Amino acid sequence: MGATVITITSGKGGVGKTTATANLSAALAMKGKRVVAIDADIGLRNLDVVMGLENRIVYDLVNVVEGACRLRQALIKDKRIENLYMIPAAQSRDKNAIHPQDMIDVCDQLRPEFDFILIDSPAGIEQGFRNAVAPADRICIITTPEVSAVRDADRVVGLIEAEGKGPASLILNRLRPKMIQRGDMLDTADVLDVLAIELLGIVPEDETIIVSTNRGIPVVMENKSRAAQAFYNIAARLLGENVPIMELEEPSSSWLSKIAGLIRRS
Amino acid sequence: MTHSAVEKTSRVYVNIKGTSDGLVIHLGAGDWNTLLVALAEKLDQTPSFFRGGRVALNVGPRQLTASQLEVVGNLLSKFQISLWAVLSDSIETQRVAAEMGLETSLALSRAERLLGEKLSGPERVIADGEQAILLQRILRSGQSICHTGHVIIIGDVNPGAEIVAGGNVVVWGRLRGNVHAGSNGNDQAIVCALVLAPVLLRIAGYVARSPGREDSEAYEQSVVPEIAFVHNGQIVAEPWRAMEGLYPDWRTDLLRRAANTLSTWF
Repeated sequence: MGATVITITSGKGGVGKTTATANLSAALAMKGKRVVAIDADIGLRNLDVVMGLENRIVYDLVNVVEGACRLRQALIKDKRIENLYMIPAAQSRDKNAIHPQDMIDVCDQLRPEFDFILIDSPAGIEQGFRNAVAPADRICIITTPEVSAVRDADRVVGLIEAEGKGPASLILNRLRPKMIQRGDMLDTADVLDVLAIELLGIVPEDETIIVSTNRGIPVVMENKSRAAQAFYNIAARLLGENVPIMELEEPSSSWLSKIAGLIRRS
Repeated sequence: MTHSAVEKTSRVYVNIKGTSDGLVIHLGAGDWNTLLVALAEKLDQTPSFFRGGRVALNVGPRQLTASQLEVVGNLLSKFQISLWAVLSDSIETQRVAAEMGLETSLALSRAERLLGEKLSGPERVIADGEQAILLQRILRSGQSICHTGHVIIIGDVNPGAEIVAGGNVVVWGRLRGNVHAGSNGNDQAIVCALVLAPVLLRIAGYVARSPGREDSEAYEQSVVPEIAFVHNGQIVAEPWRAMEGLYPDWRTDLLRRAANTLSTWF
């Protein structure tokens, strides 16, 4: 059985691609799967920082592609979780240092030895995005409930469909239930209304993410916060488990609150 | 048909024809990659004949993705030939080609030759007998459909998407992108949609802007299908149901428009 290649992408930057990649990789490994996370953001690498593996880097993805080292040498093993590996991006080069076919080749080499290959895509829709999407078996679009992020996500869904790579599924990140109740934030239905793709999960806004990012410990490893639970649920859904979408203390009165919001605004 | 004859002999079918519209490369049935190799061989026999020219590609009923078309474009550009049009019976292929900025019919070149000048932008002409294109999908942000005839979409047109049609535009869904009907200067063109909420709506040389985002949600919930047309020098949008009261001539007007539309379709 070969690995499933999952690319996590968004179009817009700063919506949580790297955080999601780190946490989903860790969560899948905690569920006993063999996982490798690949940072495809050449020139702006930070998956290694978020996963806390920065000080272990000797070789990177560009070294592998250019034949400067063997693939195995660039694989960094996470010592905290069994079966979790990562391949870092190069920091000194740019997106044009590798090509879509290189990513396909690297993934094909990794497939026999892993269950999941997660690719952290760079922001944008240029070469870096095309590199990240080329080997994907399935694609997760991540977005925040903001009009600009949703617009970019819509663009990316279109590009993926044109490449025949679809259908993509959606992770909605950084939801703030209180703001949604006040009618000040797009809710899940609003976002799905535009994107019209399968919802893989929603992740609430959570301060522990910032702390864990700075410490280099993905939140799922400590499994205390709401966000950790949300990522764990998404990992379960990727494994085909039927886990209901998390309730974010947003009661069914959302249409009432929306009207209240409208009244307050006018 | 030639196709079935070719399949029987399982011969690769590549045919380059000079027509009144310039060179047209026909790629028939058979394995796509084999066809490309055969095409390259054919071009290689008389490279100087094609150099610097432009060709149209006829792929019959074949359904192609953006990356497949890109490969053909790259192959042709290696022989210094530019690809300007893709002809196909497959709507999907037409759509992909249109999104890549390629023409999907030879009609425009014919019109240009008749007028003896190159047309661009709003001057493009609908040739007699120009067909409507029908798309059954969501038109997403960044995607654009440019067609010299009528455009019919079954699905939503999202913000950031664009339709430019020489004729009418019909959207069986929510129209929330930009739309330009009658782009050749035809101010008899109409735009209609189940939810008519475009950011920018243009008919011929007239422009109308959406009222803004503030109350768009409330608006969309109470909305009825609408039809927009030019009346007394400005664009007006009328609810489909209430047309009789608001616009006394609607019945004769619609019949006239329908007759016009039908005469261009058949």
